[in-house]
Amino acid sequence: MSSDLTPKIKFRLNGIDMEKEVPAGWTLLRYLREELGLTGTKCGCEIGECGACTVLMNGKPVNSCLVMAPQIENASIWTIEGVTPPGGTALHPVQKAFIECDAVHCGFCTPGMVMTTIGLLLQNKKPDNSQIKQALAGNLCRCTGYIQIFEAVRLAAAMISENDMRPFRENISEN
Amino acid sequence: MSVVGKRVARAEGSERVKGAGLFADDYKYFGMLHAAVVRSPLARGEIRKIDFKTIAKIPGVAGILTYKDIPGRNCVPIVIDDQSFLAERYVNYIGEPIAIVVAENRQTARLAAAQAKISIEELPPLLNPLEALNHPKIHLFGNDNIYKHIHIHRGDVKKAFADCDVIIENEYHTPYQEHAYIEPQSMIAIPFPDGSIEIRGSMQCPFYVRKAITTILGLPENKVRVIQCATGGGFGGKEDVPSLLACQVALPAWIFKRPVKLIYDRTEDMMVTSKRHPAYIKYKSGATKDGILRAVEAEYIIDGGAYSTLSAVVLFRGSVHAIGPYKCENVDVHSYAVATNKVPTGAFRGFGSPQILFAVESQMDQLAEKIGMDPVMFRKKNILRVGDTTVTGQKLEYSVGLEETLDKVIEKSGWTPGKSKEDGVGYGISTIYYGVGLGAGGKSMARTGARVLVHADGSVLFSVGTTEIGQGMTTVLSQIVADELGAPLDWISMMPTDTSRVPDSGPTVASRSTTMSGNALKDACIKIKSVLLEEAASMLDCSTGDIIFDEGIVTGGGKTIKLLDVIKSCFAKRLPLSAEGWYITPSTSWDDNTGQGDAYVVYAWASNLAKVKVDKETGEVNLLKIWAAHDVGKAINPALAEGQIEGGTLQGVGYALMEDMTTNADGAIRNPEFSTYIIPTASDQPEIVPIIVEHPFPGGPFGAKGFGEQPLMGVAPAIANAVYDAVKVRIKDLPITPEKVWQGLKNK
Repeated sequence: MSSDLTPKIKFRLNGIDMEKEVPAGWTLLRYLREELGLTGTKCGCEIGECGACTVLMNGKPVNSCLVMAPQIENASIWTIEGVTPPGGTALHPVQKAFIECDAVHCGFCTPGMVMTTIGLLLQNKKPDNSQIKQALAGNLCRCTGYIQIFEAVRLAAAMISENDMRPFRENISEN
Repeated sequence: MSVVGKRVARAEGSERVKGAGLFADDYKYFGMLHAAVVRSPLARGEIRKIDFKTIAKIPGVAGILTYKDIPGRNCVPIVIDDQSFLAERYVNYIGEPIAIVVAENRQTARLAAAQAKISIEELPPLLNPLEALNHPKIHLFGNDNIYKHIHIHRGDVKKAFADCDVIIENEYHTPYQEHAYIEPQSMIAIPFPDGSIEIRGSMQCPFYVRKAITTILGLPENKVRVIQCATGGGFGGKEDVPSLLACQVALPAWIFKRPVKLIYDRTEDMMVTSKRHPAYIKYKSGATKDGILRAVEAEYIIDGGAYSTLSAVVLFRGSVHAIGPYKCENVDVHSYAVATNKVPTGAFRGFGSPQILFAVESQMDQLAEKIGMDPVMFRKKNILRVGDTTVTGQKLEYSVGLEETLDKVIEKSGWTPGKSKEDGVGYGISTIYYGVGLGAGGKSMARTGARVLVHADGSVLFSVGTTEIGQGMTTVLSQIVADELGAPLDWISMMPTDTSRVPDSGPTVASRSTTMSGNALKDACIKIKSVLLEEAASMLDCSTGDIIFDEGIVTGGGKTIKLLDVIKSCFAKRLPLSAEGWYITPSTSWDDNTGQGDAYVVYAWASNLAKVKVDKETGEVNLLKIWAAHDVGKAINPALAEGQIEGGTLQGVGYALMEDMTTNADGAIRNPEFSTYIIPTASDQPEIVPIIVEHPFPGGPFGAKGFGEQPLMGVAPAIANAVYDAVKVRIKDLPITPEKVWQGLKNK
């Protein structure tokens, strides 16, 4: 790392408590991808316009390119890697719904779409069509025309149980 | 049970939903450097002095390279070799590459590139193609600044116009359209000690990339291996541009003997990479009062930017589609691709046809109105059917489903012309066609290879030279291989496209992958299947003609065995179960001098019906619904075909209503970010009804023909026609912004 490090900060990443020095001048996106090797979070514009880098921060979808790494102190962060644990084959119902509805074309926006969908379903178990459109409006997709993505969100909403969502809720209230 | 025609899940689905690190920027190599490009700040000028002393001292900068460091030829070959890899003396557009900086990390490389000091003596630029055409003094290309001129001529236009009862004459303009793939351009070069080099990146055309690298490094083709990474959208934007990026990483990798990665910053990507050509169209068409299209005269000018790149072939497609899918015996079309001092324009879904089809379909509605005929009836009187002849004199023998697409959108919508509607609501139609594949424009490139390997455990691996860019090629080709071999779909997988595995198979463009690679795979599978058949016949003790292969089960002579046992038996007997396939398209009879002949082997067809509501106070167009019917020959996977229709249609909606990229007075792109160049978001998404029509193409795998580009092509005119139907305002200049509609309402 070629940036000044902060003193050790505590945060929770994909359900695991961490205590690390983080680069002060880096974005969370860069920290995830370049330091932690979590390349599932994609970089599409670096200025908060495309949503490809969406992660959950305390249960809410955020553009990780607009969050500075030190800002995650005491926060709970979930990335796409936490949705399906490394080496795991069992997909989360949201992921299954995306496959089932052919909501994945080139796949570059997909991890961000999945994280935004989880964020939406954490707040609203049965979103209506306009709530789905509004929730996904910050995640650009140039391939699908969004219809199959909306179908995937509706299917996911029908499939998920509280068990599927519980991990993403942990520690949120403490922060 | 066949899997062709089934809605099977996308092959890469589970990797993509997990965010598996398969895109170029996800790869990391030991000792890897990062590149950034030093670019021209001026639209036209002569380079006087380059001073890299300051940036060379920035900690982390490993080196700076210019054209002087190129071991081979300083050229990025595309169609004509007029584009340098790195500028030598002159620069011709804002963003033209001059030097490459490499550094230990991306941020340092970008910072250093931005601080490079280059002194350029400014020369007056040509920014308007209408001024550039035949400019008396400034010659950017040849003596006339024309990259290509095409003339299509049939019958006697002058005489025919004299016989017309109605004539409509207009000028149209269409702007740039940016691809806005969500993954920016990305490339890595890895040099090896044996003198070979590997390129991995985001791309549509690995064989174009290989040619570029052999050119600039002076290497033979067997020393350059190009492998496609997962590619986050292309739409034409990753046809020729990746060749530039590959050169920009290969040169420093070659010189410094270290892997080099280059990812374009989004703003850079939108500033300097290709886009849809802006177009200026003069269009005159005439009809008789009984509704027969009699004559078309058009001038079609496209702004090619500073280098020719793909403009000549873009112009070819636009010209062939210049009267739309209609019969017309008297045609005179002159089209020109013109050089200007702006970013080179290139391939984008539709490839020169959406611009002219906007004019064609706007004209059709105006002619219909002037005759007093409804726009559907007028089209029905003129559309091409089997047995008819196209504008280039090509007789259509098969697979012409246009009328059915038109009937289907009417039927599904419940709309009929003249039906009463709410105030401010309008309906608009477009009927279009698309010449599938490279056609006569592709010449020797119209071939593909494939390789199929059946392993002893039954698993099958295939390789093709075309690429997966999100359109679903891998899935569709896997379905074709499964059915051709009679094997279950989950036995089949595809290697990432790699130039070392198959012969040069041309580019992944022109909606050609399903038909071209599908046919090449079929050829390979037939060879393997004949070995399997012989073996099965001896195992079942019956003749090969009595045997049926079906998803892993082989039946014949009243008995059933497993395909896996047949495969094992072949391996035990050392019989070969791998084969190479090859496919070339039938030759076309196009004559560049007369503009006549068979332009494409087969055409796809489509009708769009748009329903809008226009706000009469603000001019805002609210697109309520769009019905899009496409004749695809045969949908190998209907879910994927519908996905292509929906996604392409929404890109067409963006082109029609919101995507408005322009240049400033200096010739720079004015709005190179997603906050200023607005593409449709989830909240802009209208209701889209995809409709698949199937008129099989005898030369396609299982009757399929390509159509991936077509969904975008007819959307803008359908919406423009709907706006007119709603408020009687005719917009001839895309996009259809509230300001233009409001102005039109005010001027009435």
